[in-house]
Amino acid sequence: MATIETLPRKRETLDQAVIRFAGDSGDGMQITGSQFTNTAAVFGNDLATFPDFPAEIRAPAGTLPGVSGFQINFSSRDVFTPGDAVDVLVAMNPAALATNVADLKPGGILIVNVDNFKEVDLKKAQARTNPLEDHSLDGYRLFPVELTKLTRLALRDLGLDAKSMDRCKNFFALGMCYWLYNRPMDHTYKWLDEKFGSKPVLAEANKLAMKAGYAYCDATEAFQVRYEVPAAKLEPGLYRNISGNTALALGFVAAARKAGITLFQGSYPITPASDILHELSMYKEFGVMTFQAEDEIAAVTSAIGAAYGGALAITTTSGPGMALKMEAIGLAIAVELPIVICNIQRGGPSTGLPTKTEQADLFQALFGRNSEAPIPILAAATPGDCFWMALEASRIALKYMVPVIVLSDGYLANGAEPWKIPTLDQLPEIPVRYRTEREGFMPYTRDPNTLARPWAVPGTPGLEHRIGGLEKQDVTGNVNYEPLNHERMVRLRAAKVAAVVQDVPDVAPAGDPDGDLLLVGWGSTYGPITAALGAQRAKGRRIGHVHLRHLNPLPKNLGEVLKRYRKVVVPEMNMGQLLWVLRAKYLVDAEGLNKIQGKPFKQSEVEGKIEQVLGELR
Amino acid sequence: MTATLPVYTKKDFQTDQEVRWCPGCGDYAILSAVQSVFPELGIPKEKFVVISGIGCSSRFPYYMNTYGFHTIHGRAPAVATGLKITRPDLEVWVATGDGDALSIGGNHTIHMIRRNVGLKVLLFNNKIYGLTKGQYSPTSEMGKKAKSTPYGSVDRPFNPLSLALGAEATFVARSVDVFQSHLKATLKRAAAHQGTAFIEILQNCNIFNDGAWESLTERDVRDDNTIAIEHGQPLVFGKNRDKGIRMNGIELQVVTLGNGISEKDLIVHDERHPNPAYAFLLSRMDGTPGFPTPLGVLRAVDAPRYEAGMNEQVRLAVQKKGPGDLAQLLRAGDTWEVR
Repeated sequence: MATIETLPRKRETLDQAVIRFAGDSGDGMQITGSQFTNTAAVFGNDLATFPDFPAEIRAPAGTLPGVSGFQINFSSRDVFTPGDAVDVLVAMNPAALATNVADLKPGGILIVNVDNFKEVDLKKAQARTNPLEDHSLDGYRLFPVELTKLTRLALRDLGLDAKSMDRCKNFFALGMCYWLYNRPMDHTYKWLDEKFGSKPVLAEANKLAMKAGYAYCDATEAFQVRYEVPAAKLEPGLYRNISGNTALALGFVAAARKAGITLFQGSYPITPASDILHELSMYKEFGVMTFQAEDEIAAVTSAIGAAYGGALAITTTSGPGMALKMEAIGLAIAVELPIVICNIQRGGPSTGLPTKTEQADLFQALFGRNSEAPIPILAAATPGDCFWMALEASRIALKYMVPVIVLSDGYLANGAEPWKIPTLDQLPEIPVRYRTEREGFMPYTRDPNTLARPWAVPGTPGLEHRIGGLEKQDVTGNVNYEPLNHERMVRLRAAKVAAVVQDVPDVAPAGDPDGDLLLVGWGSTYGPITAALGAQRAKGRRIGHVHLRHLNPLPKNLGEVLKRYRKVVVPEMNMGQLLWVLRAKYLVDAEGLNKIQGKPFKQSEVEGKIEQVLGELR
Repeated sequence: MTATLPVYTKKDFQTDQEVRWCPGCGDYAILSAVQSVFPELGIPKEKFVVISGIGCSSRFPYYMNTYGFHTIHGRAPAVATGLKITRPDLEVWVATGDGDALSIGGNHTIHMIRRNVGLKVLLFNNKIYGLTKGQYSPTSEMGKKAKSTPYGSVDRPFNPLSLALGAEATFVARSVDVFQSHLKATLKRAAAHQGTAFIEILQNCNIFNDGAWESLTERDVRDDNTIAIEHGQPLVFGKNRDKGIRMNGIELQVVTLGNGISEKDLIVHDERHPNPAYAFLLSRMDGTPGFPTPLGVLRAVDAPRYEAGMNEQVRLAVQKKGPGDLAQLLRAGDTWEVR
């Protein structure tokens, strides 16, 4: 381990700490945050992260819309959210300060790069006065640091130009945070060596900047306290840090391996789903075929073509792309071919908030196609859960010969958490059987249990047949427009999706199994709801939490569970879509907690709603 | 392999489904030609897949006793691409029309061609929307009076061959529904081509656009109005084979043979010309006054195929890294043990 001699300081041990790095989108805040995250993960903390960046790749430097942030909550206990408020804010310029300081706790540590607080910088951030001088920051522990100047000083012997040196100042800030939380730097050294393998001088520059930041804290005695956040007591096992998009990609590779068939991905670049395409395109040695299609429609239809040929075929997108795919998803429903469609939801409608999270595409998933076109829908609850949802969606698609939608969102996609790596024997079996027997073959005969039709892939002698989007005659699959046959086929397709319920586990509420209040959530609200539940139960409140991972069909016992509580509250990052479904299906007088701000719930917001509703019950 | 191949006849490729095209439709002739050619290709029947979009032409798969997939409007090239990438062993044919391939599916058509996916594409061009009952299409001539254009259309048509060549198609040909022997020969050429084989088939819709091609097909005028081009042969046409095409600067010129002009002054057709501009020039003869409409193979060149490249990347990755180790993949990157 690389160590630097340190002066004796007061040490304080904390359960938990929240740091936010905020700067210009060119300042490398995402890298800085990821490095701190990986170091915390390897150290053994439980953690949750929230990367928050603008849709523009480089908005004008120093402006408010150009601010990019990365928040990490790391703890010696279980962590469910990136944290409501921040203990340490690193603000690289006035714009980053202005847009983030409201989340800093009173008395919190505020590190600012004073070199970026000149008149011109303040003007870009539309600041009328200099916040470093106008006493607006008096409630915080302000540490103005000459980050740019000190970084240049540290790198002066490397022969780099000013621009290259300035690119290292985020590592100066990272070094300061490593010092503050007494973290080893060797993990980041290793990362730099790998990243800049061909340009060792840049690896060296960033290391020097980081060491300088660390040494600065040591030498200046600006910080009187250093903090310790001990390792968390996680379930024993081997862990890695994982984001939702990576987890989805790995889940599909695993599913194809378990099924023993080729994985095909048709995809068109779209934020925040593109990383799944990037990830899967690396796994050629697993036989993974990734096709960057000409548009969203080709992405899904190529997947349908691959599924027709016997592949595990997926397409990955976000809401606007989902809208374009819908006609084709209807085709997959009609021809009963197994594909998995992942929607990494973002704020909408239309282009909306490309880099911000939302979960307002549930109605689209349920009802977005013409005519009667039900489809199984799964939703991942955490970044790590994305892995399991990819496997589960693939298993259901192949077992029932049906397209399946997986809903994730921008927060799960980019957020990361420690993930216990499963062993291969913990993965579900995914049996696949192509039809080969000629005897009695008809393309629309059905398995009595699953109602799945046979998968007779082209190239199989004697099973030549035609399928298509026109209505088919039951059993033979021939084109048929007869009224009663159409009704029979509509009902059969619906019954098949309904039959998936045999693969949906019953829900068992977290917290109290009955009581005053049940929180029902789905998707990435899992973290804040879980955190709020724990806090409120600690105060003696009798509440439970059901988090739905299967949104269609819903678990068999859900209606019964809803009745065990006096009130049902549904927190959602939309106007109340699951709420609408639950009210319609179960005639339950549930109420919503709705936030449509492109940001996840805070624990305090969920707790506030719980207290309000329970207050009204009294 | 071929030794054990059953001897197929046309009947083997016919289905029991009632054909639902209008009596007199040119599609019957195309179906008959394809059903005649498939048995002669030396390919096991189960390897054929016919994929279509929407439109009259796209009913084609239902009448072929092969694997068949009637998809959605315009998307057949994309469905076929996904299939061919994962199943390069299959013989995938796409049946499409002028509206399907050039309007709603235009994007997929050009990108399929650009990628040179190993698909055979039969574009039935009748210059009209038939299934939706008579609207003008992207190949209808300007001024076309149809259901949706009672005052005449005001947009210029696509020339399907020019469009395909603009996307650098590696195989571009044209034939006519009623010229059965020419059509069969052209289908065989397409079958032999590696990469996207694009055939425009001029097809008569006798209900909504009857006679659209009669200036090319009627016995008394067809030899003057068309030119059957063949690789290595000079561009000669006319009822009396007395006219030809030569280069004049960067333009083509129609000349009459005799008076000092002989066949050796004419262009000798080179379907393997590496520059698509040559075939493009030929395609532009359509509708140019005094010029014949070219029939036959305009271009046939080799180029890398998408599905071959993709499968080769997989093969090399497996060769270099070994077949992927899933347990190792899940453990990739930084890991730590919690005890």
